[in-house]
Formats: sequence, C-alpha cells, structure tokens
Amino acid sequence: MKELSLTIDTDLARKVLTGFIKSEITRMGFSRALLGLSGGLDSALSCFLTAEALGPGNVLAIRMPYSGSSQASMDDAQKVIDATGVQSMTVEITEMVDPLFTRFPDMSPLRKGNIMARQRMIVLYDQSVAFNGLVIGTGNKTEILLGYSTVYGDAACAINPMGDLYKTQARQLARAMGVPREIIEKAPTADLWEGQTDESELGYTYAEVDRLLYRLIDQRYTPAECIEDGFSETFVHSVVERVRRNQFKRMMPPIAKLSNRTIGYDFLYLRDWGT
Amino acid sequence: MRLALTQLNATLGKVEKNLEKHLVYIEEARSEGAEVIMFPELSLTGYALQDLTPTVSHHASPDDPVFKPLLDASKDIDVIVGFVEEDTRNRFYIASAYLSSGKVAHVHRKVYLPTYGLFDEGRFFALGDEVRAFDTRFGRAGMLICEDFWHASTPYLLWLDGADLFFFLSASPGRGLTSDPQLENVRWVEHINRAYASLFTSYVFHSTRVGFEDGLSFAGGASVFDPNGDMIAVAPYYEERLMLVDADLNQLHRTRSRLPLLRDERTVLVQRELERVLTDQLRDNVR
Repeated sequence: MKELSLTIDTDLARKVLTGFIKSEITRMGFSRALLGLSGGLDSALSCFLTAEALGPGNVLAIRMPYSGSSQASMDDAQKVIDATGVQSMTVEITEMVDPLFTRFPDMSPLRKGNIMARQRMIVLYDQSVAFNGLVIGTGNKTEILLGYSTVYGDAACAINPMGDLYKTQARQLARAMGVPREIIEKAPTADLWEGQTDESELGYTYAEVDRLLYRLIDQRYTPAECIEDGFSETFVHSVVERVRRNQFKRMMPPIAKLSNRTIGYDFLYLRDWGT
Repeated sequence: MRLALTQLNATLGKVEKNLEKHLVYIEEARSEGAEVIMFPELSLTGYALQDLTPTVSHHASPDDPVFKPLLDASKDIDVIVGFVEEDTRNRFYIASAYLSSGKVAHVHRKVYLPTYGLFDEGRFFALGDEVRAFDTRFGRAGMLICEDFWHASTPYLLWLDGADLFFFLSASPGRGLTSDPQLENVRWVEHINRAYASLFTSYVFHSTRVGFEDGLSFAGGASVFDPNGDMIAVAPYYEERLMLVDADLNQLHRTRSRLPLLRDERTVLVQRELERVLTDQLRDNVR
C-alpha cells in the first residue's frame, strides 16, 4: 500500500490556528473566549491554542462533570488549566440532568449521552454571556466526518480551530504544544459511561480511520481504490456510509425555498462581512 | 526602481476604510523613496465578497470618489491597486489598475476566474477578455491577477507583447497543510513565479495579502524574482507589512546578454503550430 503521510508542520498549523482564533474573536467585538474542558486531547489542544491566541487571562475553561464521570478526567483537565494558566470553573451537571433521566427511566445510554452533551452546551453558552466571551469548538475533522458528536451539544460553538485536523494530526500538534503526555497517550473517550472509549464504540482506531479518511476526503481516492490498497471492504463501506449519513450534522438546517432570495441558497455573505 | 509591496489585510466590503489604509501606505512608501507601490488583488474590497460584489464596485476614473484620491496620490508615485470594476453595462470584474502621474495607465480584468474547490468567482464576476502589456516610466509591463498566472499562456502573451516587468496581484486562501513549512499553494506560487522570471528572463513582482476571512487565511509572502530567477525579496508570512525592494533594471540587460531566450523565441512557429492545434481541435469537435 502506498503510504500517504498525515504528518503536518506543527509550527505552521499553530501559527494559522492561533491567528484564526485571535482574528475571529476580536473582529466580532470580543477579546475573550471559553470552552468546555473534558480532560481529553481535543479540548486540551483547543485550550492551549486559545490561551496562546488570546492570552490565558482571557480564556475560561469549564469542567462540567457528571456524577458518573471519572476522577481521572477531572484531574487531567486540571493539568491543562495549570499548564496554560487559563481561568477555570467547575459546574457539575448531575443535578441538572438527573431529573430528566428519572422522568424517563428506560432511557438509553445514547439519549443520556446526548442530554449531557447538550446540558454542557447550555452551561457554556450561559457562561459565555457572563464571561463576555465566545465559545471555542473542540471537534476534530475525524469526528466531524464520522458524525461522532451531538448536534447542538458538544458540536455547538462560535468558531472551531480544530475542525480541519484529523485526530492523528491533533495528537501531533498537541505534542508540539506541550499538552501533558498522559492526556495525549490515554484512550480517547466521551466519558459518558464507565469504561467507554471512542475506538471500541466506533469499531476501529483513529489511526486506521484517519488513514482511510485522508485518502477518501483529502486525496479523493475512490472507495474501490482504497480497497485495492488493502483496506477491508467492510471497513471502507461502513466509513463511507457513516460520512454520508452524517452530512446533516455538518450543515445548517435547510430552508424550503419560496422567494427569489433565500437564506442558505442565494443570500451569500461571510460571517466576517464588514469587518 | 524602488518598489513598495504592501502585504495588507483588507476589511471585507468596506471600501472607504480600505481606501484610507491605501492612502496611508502610499504616503509611507513615498516618504521611503518608492517609485511604485503595489497592492494585492481586491485590495480595496477584501476577497470573499459573494453578494457584496455589486455594492463595492468602482470605475478607475477621476470622477470616481475612490479613484479620485488614489489618482491624486499617484502624481509622483505609481500605484497598482486591486478593485471590483463595474462596466457601463453593469458587469462586474475583478480588476487591477495602474495609476501614474494622476492618470489611469492601464486596467486589467482578471481573465481566469477560479470556480472550483473553495472558489466561486465565476458565480459573481464576468470574465476579462484581454491580456495586454502597457508602457510605464520604468519599461513595458503587464499585470495579472492570481488565477491568471496559474495559467502559463497569460504571462507568455504579456512577454510577447513586450512586458519585461510582471506585476502579479493575488489573494490566495492558504491550503494544503503537510509536513512542509509552507502551505502547498504558497509553495506552488513561489515555484511558478520563479519559473516565469527564469523562462522570460524578466522581473516578477508578486503582491499578496494577509489576514483571515472566516476560516480562510491569507499567508502573505509577497516576493520579487529577478531575471535570473533569484528571489531577491520575500515579505514575512502572516504579517501585515510594507516591503521596499530595489530592483536593478539593468539586470535585464545582463541576464539577456547571457541567456537570449527572448531573442530566440520562435513566435511565428508558435503561431503556426497553435493555429494547427486549434484548427484540429475545432475539426474534432465538429465531427
């Protein structure tokens, strides 16, 4: 199999991404930003980038554990707070979500996971007013393509500096920026229930799926070419289908066109219009 | 010739604000002894205009409120700006104007509008239809805008039309992050500009912008290549900057004495073979 490298120049990525954060936050009239800090790699990297872009005093990291969340995640998030020097806050969501869990006792883990993700969004967006800052996204390209996130939950943000980095690349950049080693090396998890890991839930490792996605998306290989190159047919088809099925998570809801000029189709402006 | 390359960050859709910035840079360049100042593509408007296009258009003429002060400022320094031009029949072009001694010396309308990948220029703009060299007080020159010089034919036409000085304006969103310290598109543009300077034994002056528009970043790296293909100046990436460059125009004489590519260029052969190729293609298409 021809090896295509996902390796990036981390200095360049760091320069573009910190420049992006600074530019987009300040031109919207803000100087501050906040984000949810889970103790995992993506939010840790997003925190490091934002702290570097805006200065740690202008960044608020919020830990939002549920009673079932692991103490190790809380401790890892604290390491990021200590390493970056950002402001921090802990808001436990247990008492906010438990009444809903009790109201529907047969609730599946998926529903509970979605509720927790959306409750964290509510806390973040509320604090964004109190802190006078914008919410920074933490979703990487792999999870956005696979739809491995909750709409209006962890996917909600004002800007996302991470969304064009595959998980493998985020890991490389995190290493270069000094994210604590144990956070980079531990198994990625949404930490929605005990023992959950992304890779066991997805059924493949990020390293594997990133190599495939990089071919399919960035290099425009056909699924057949990927299979010829040695990826298993089942794996390729399941990933292709998963990317297709989750397109809705990557778009604003479509508006039914009636007039000559419809938002989303022919009313076209960048957000940075006039700034 | 002392040239000032401005690697500016434009405000999207705010022509008045960008004009003010232009006038400040022109004054600074003049005080530094520059004889020409060059701004990047769409320097007066910003790049990703979309539906803002009809609201930011201007005419390169003395009765235009934006060009009046620019023409006044061009009395003792030549000024190259990027703007949206609206013609008399209300078609919009990505254009560049060369202003000198208070007059419009030349306007170029972009002839290649990228409409693929992240680009959507063909949706909002009309195609320019001319590639012409023009005379300046420093010699014969040509202007091209971004995608124009991603095609080899346009600089070649300018060269045959007598251009020794190539003014390339761009606003190219950064893309293609790899293990290389430069983005792919930045590396590519430096390669081709070096190639044009070498192949045409001419000066290539490339002005480009910095800043962000939503998630698009502009890398900067404005540069000058001399007729030997040597990069004699490059502005720092990702920093707004006015860069002064002294270009020794006698280098044209020295390089072409050594390497007479222009003298030996067989334009009649090119014409004959091009006609044959195009005739064959036409016949094949009709068949």
